[in-house]
Amino acid sequence: MDHRTRLLEAALFAAPRPLTLDELGVLDPDATDADWRKAIEELREHYETGAHGVELVEIAEGYQILTRPIFAEAIERAAFAQRPMKLSGAALEVLAIIAYRQPVGRAEVEEIRGVSSGGVLKLLQERGLIEVTGRSEGLGRPLLYATTPLFLEHLGLGALSDLPRTDELAVALRPPQAEP
Amino acid sequence: MTAPGTPAPASALEEAGFVVTLERFSGPLDLLLHLIRREEIDIWDIPVARIADQFLAVIHVLGLDEAAEYLEMAARLLRIKAQMLLPRRGDEEPWEDPRHELVRRLLEYQQIREVVDWMARAARLRAERHARGWVPPAPETPPPPLVYDIEELLESIERVLAMMPDPIIYRVLPRPLDIEGATQRALDLLAERAAFPWRDLLGGAPTVADVLSSLVALLELARRGLLLLAQERPFTPVMITRGPSYETA
Repeated sequence: MDHRTRLLEAALFAAPRPLTLDELGVLDPDATDADWRKAIEELREHYETGAHGVELVEIAEGYQILTRPIFAEAIERAAFAQRPMKLSGAALEVLAIIAYRQPVGRAEVEEIRGVSSGGVLKLLQERGLIEVTGRSEGLGRPLLYATTPLFLEHLGLGALSDLPRTDELAVALRPPQAEP
Repeated sequence: MTAPGTPAPASALEEAGFVVTLERFSGPLDLLLHLIRREEIDIWDIPVARIADQFLAVIHVLGLDEAAEYLEMAARLLRIKAQMLLPRRGDEEPWEDPRHELVRRLLEYQQIREVVDWMARAARLRAERHARGWVPPAPETPPPPLVYDIEELLESIERVLAMMPDPIIYRVLPRPLDIEGATQRALDLLAERAAFPWRDLLGGAPTVADVLSSLVALLELARRGLLLLAQERPFTPVMITRGPSYETA
């Protein structure tokens, strides 16, 4: 591994969250995004082929070193790793609606769920999974919510586009073609 | 979801009464989808009358029949049920299916539930990988101080009142005290008489406001030294006499 790849490894090791290309850029002003991509590829390859317990994962529009899932049970049993937060069904519902409709106001979330959702929105905001991105022009100028990078991190997604497309879902919004 | 045209099986629920496990439904749409799945009903052709009856019975059994959201859905179902009963005029006029909007919402919600399942799976897989120094926000942190605005407060009051079987609501009427008038009456009486029982100040048929006005006026005059309040023995009338500052006033 060359110097830059080792710098990348050190930075990812030190960071408490995934690092984006922009953030990596600060480490070395001479390196371009392409240089970093090359380093990322090299480090990924290194973990892949060199029989390591960790791997380099693309997550939350950045990169992070994560342990391999096969060690999950042993690590959990030992109970020295932080447990990720657990989200209720209601919280996931609100997150799903926001993820697909962002930026979206509370009224629309409640209209789709059929139940009031102020408390859940507040909780998700406190947990840093959603944030207020502005106000709607509508009556009362309601707050608009969007998901945060932590949301992607929580689900292990590289980007919002990794969510299933609505036309990939089993539930169709239109009736099956009428058979004669 | 069954194919369209599949006959819905006779409901075992209807015969055996409603055996409902205390599942947690995340809302009326969730409950409705649950019923539709359970009855193996084609979502594009919901027998509204049957589903409405079941919905009402289930929310009653689960004690949800006081939750506004469930009641609203119950009302909606009954309205659609009524609209379905209206005679249709053959095929001449285009007929707007009264179930259309409900079906749209159910499907939209069902899509969200599918995404929720997908997201829960993704979160589970992510939880199998540990990051060095990945510190999720600690859920144990004390909750932030409660901040309510007046609208939330009023909404809560309405919810609580709606839950009370027989709410007793008092209307509070402001009754302004007339302290100036009472003060003048006390001074007039003092000018006439050197001493009088405080009851004389109240006159004929005093209201609560009159008594309070007189009391405040007397205390204020006593504080200013214009009169003295004295009681000879416990339970005897309180006597009012001129105070040290009376002559100078």
